[in-house]
Amino acid sequence: MEFIKTEIRSGAYYDSVVLMHLQRSLLELPGVLDSGVVMGTDANKEVLEQSALLVDEIKSAGADDLIIVVKGADEVQATSAINRVDELIAARRGGGIEQDYRAKTLDTAAKMNPAAQWVLVSVPGRYAAGVAREALGLNKNVFLYSDNVSLDDELSLKKEAAEKGLLVMGPDCGTAIINGIGLGFANKVRRGAIGMVAASGTGLQQVALRIHQMGGGMTHAIGTGGRDLSEAVNAATLRQALDALNRDENTKVIVLLSKPPSPKVAADIVAAARKASKPVIVNFIGYAASMRKVDNVTFATTFDGTARLAIQAEQNPEAEAQELNVARFTEGQRYLRGLFSGGTLAYETQLILRDYLPAVYSNAPLDKALSLPDPLVSQENSIVDLGEDVFTVGRLHPMMDNDLRIRRLEKEARDPETAIILLDVVLGYGSHPNPASELAPAIAKARAAAEEAGRYLEVVALVAGTDEDPQNMDEQIRLLKEAGAIVEVSNDAAARRVGRLAQALNQRGVNPTAETNPPVALEALNQPLAAINVGLESFFEALTAQGAEVVHVDWKPAAGGNEKMMDILARMKNRK
Amino acid sequence: MDIEKANDTAIERMMESRPMLIGMGIARDVIPGMSDDLLMHAGPPITWARASGPMRGAITGALIYEGKAKDMAEAQALVESGKIKLEPCHHHHAVGPMAGVTSPSMWVYIVENKTHGNRTFSNVNEGYGKVLRYGAYSEDVQERLHWLNDTMAPVLAKAIELSGGLDMRALIAEALHMGDEGHNRNKAGSFMYTAKLAPFVAQAAPNSELAAQIIKSLGDNALSVLNPVMAACKAMAETAHDIEGSTIVSVMARNGTDFGMRVSGLGDRWFTAPVATPQGLYFPGFSEADASGDIGDSTITETAGIGGFAMATAPAIVTFVSGKPKDAINATLEMYEITHGEHKYFTVPPLDFRGTPTGIDIRKVVETGITPRVNTGIAHKDAGVGQIGAGLVRPPFEMFQEAFMAYAEKYGFA
Repeated sequence: MEFIKTEIRSGAYYDSVVLMHLQRSLLELPGVLDSGVVMGTDANKEVLEQSALLVDEIKSAGADDLIIVVKGADEVQATSAINRVDELIAARRGGGIEQDYRAKTLDTAAKMNPAAQWVLVSVPGRYAAGVAREALGLNKNVFLYSDNVSLDDELSLKKEAAEKGLLVMGPDCGTAIINGIGLGFANKVRRGAIGMVAASGTGLQQVALRIHQMGGGMTHAIGTGGRDLSEAVNAATLRQALDALNRDENTKVIVLLSKPPSPKVAADIVAAARKASKPVIVNFIGYAASMRKVDNVTFATTFDGTARLAIQAEQNPEAEAQELNVARFTEGQRYLRGLFSGGTLAYETQLILRDYLPAVYSNAPLDKALSLPDPLVSQENSIVDLGEDVFTVGRLHPMMDNDLRIRRLEKEARDPETAIILLDVVLGYGSHPNPASELAPAIAKARAAAEEAGRYLEVVALVAGTDEDPQNMDEQIRLLKEAGAIVEVSNDAAARRVGRLAQALNQRGVNPTAETNPPVALEALNQPLAAINVGLESFFEALTAQGAEVVHVDWKPAAGGNEKMMDILARMKNRK
Repeated sequence: MDIEKANDTAIERMMESRPMLIGMGIARDVIPGMSDDLLMHAGPPITWARASGPMRGAITGALIYEGKAKDMAEAQALVESGKIKLEPCHHHHAVGPMAGVTSPSMWVYIVENKTHGNRTFSNVNEGYGKVLRYGAYSEDVQERLHWLNDTMAPVLAKAIELSGGLDMRALIAEALHMGDEGHNRNKAGSFMYTAKLAPFVAQAAPNSELAAQIIKSLGDNALSVLNPVMAACKAMAETAHDIEGSTIVSVMARNGTDFGMRVSGLGDRWFTAPVATPQGLYFPGFSEADASGDIGDSTITETAGIGGFAMATAPAIVTFVSGKPKDAINATLEMYEITHGEHKYFTVPPLDFRGTPTGIDIRKVVETGITPRVNTGIAHKDAGVGQIGAGLVRPPFEMFQEAFMAYAEKYGFA
């Protein structure tokens, strides 16, 4: 007669792979009709119920209890099968082959693999924060696969990590690629020059594999865990990772990927990304960017688009990255002086510069508080509209008469605080027939004078015209470039170019991140990956297969999961 | 209070101890607190009623040896009436293998710790087979005891004095490099011990025939050095006791019924739990069904960082733990998980001369669930039979949990 024999082991913890193997091994025993070996979660009990294995004795089992059920052809066979459980588990462990010692604690594993920079944690959620904390205590970076880690734990872990210059990827971080080695679930992706930070596991995988399929490759893909971009966590990990990838010279392009973040955090991160010296492709799924591209930051809306934009940026770096060579300016050179003939161009320039500079003064300001007390004298960053009435009384408009602007240009160039001069050169019917013929020599002279005084002067000219305008736009551009000016043909591009440079000059000497925490050591990313795996054995096997130096911890909950003793242990460790 | 510092102090004192075998004496003359109505025994305190077969046999044998009883019934009456008291060896700075029964007239080794000045004691090893320490008390056992005590010991005592004393720490360290682990395997140590003393035995003996008998007895017995080694381990381990705040185990001992343990920072309280039965290999004709519960003070070796903890130095006896040389290495590696430090003087060649795992930390045992590994001899459960095998045993986990909770309460962590 069919007989169901059960056993419950409280506080036992086994890798799910072991459990599956055990279940299969039980089924192979003679007289075993069915078997179930699962942790006693509600979901697992439902599965047992569907197989008619959920007998009364095991209904009370909890999530920390290991349930073993065997349905045998008769009682003897069911009992004999269940009596062989330990033997079957041992067979899996030893495999009959001499086995290297398996560390039982993180401490021991760290001694066995002192080079390990990473600890992978995939133990049940309520133990995970403790293991991660231990890893940080050993100065290791953490890949925290486990979920069901509380927000408080995430905050405290990430705070401690930031203070130590370590990364905590996760919790609930399913995937990452560090130095070509996949952690957790990861595709085999070609090495390359694109680095990624992602708060989305499958998103990270999809973008990485599309980059691979399109012929590109990755330096690192750093996961942050799904909650990182919430207001509470405030992108703690993403900020560190962005900074690290920005410093990593193998990474040429950075991808930031997230499910919809908090709008405030998103704005902050975009601002941080714009300070990066590399092209950054941002895909915050569902995030409504006000434009497709700001400076070095390009917004994408799909995984595919993200991958494609990243590859484009890598192949065409000059177009993306603007060299901010602030070193060639003297210490005193800090300011931008814009000398406009077009009033609305001046206006829009001020508008765009708000993205970069705290205050821009003007005789036609956006905000009255930023009015130039004297339109004839610039102060700090100034945008002067020379078409304003005060300048045109008794003379021609500066679009026709360059004289006033040339004199003001010379004056600004003499000012030791001036670093950048921005001019518009408006072409078309009615304008001066050949403005460059007068402005170019003046620019050359101003730059030469500055050079004589030991200064480098950047002159940016916005040429506003078409190739069909009577002035011959190409010729105008050629003359201006020969004089040493940088030429843009869109007001937006010109304003952003000077904005970024002026911003960099303003921030010289200031710690760019304004944070006191140490940066993440690049060795954690760029040395051959060495790791300690605590939890899922399959992660250990995957790392080993990829050639990483990895030590597996035969982890069990401290004190056999006895919470009272765990608390005491923690108190003993914390009291110094 | 800093637990780590307290433990540093405890194991530093243990490791820096320098136990010297300086001589021998009669128990009643040299062991503090020894008296004519007292028998010392292995493990934590025990009563006749709860004593195991081998323990009862050894008590009987010792009382016959002292001329106080003729058989077990008389021995039982003496003990149960209180005319003869039983006290643990550990209450008298002494240790004894297996039953560990030491009576007032028996000769004992005297070990002096040159670093800290404490003195410890252990009886004389009788060799293998049917012997008192395994609970045998027949006539031949008595005869052998008399020869060892009345004939050999006085000569050996003089020889040890003539030698100027043996540095036991150096001897153990060297033996570990020769395939011993200091508990189950003491072959190399016993050869060294014999070789070092032989010239002085020749000088001390009244005639060459007795000298030859003594040297042969020491040399034939692969455990002749075990008792001095245990006394040396006791001399080291007891200096780690009574360090305020320390979680280091300073005594582990079994009486065949209970496993007992003392913890440095928890005073003289014994933490006890029922002993397990060792797992191991049996002599032909015996099986686990014949085995006594775990017994003996020899776990003082593991307490001091050798024995089962130094398994990696003794690949030859790895068959006791069922396996391949690598299992011996793994056995030692496992013990690093629960110890506070690595021994400065006892090192493990196959582990790049790493120090042996030293100083069992009850916190680590509780945290990891790993209990100490003990290599041990296995006694027959009935009195009078003797040794029937050797193998591996682990102390009961609940004993560590109990000590851990006691510590937490005493030091305000509970």
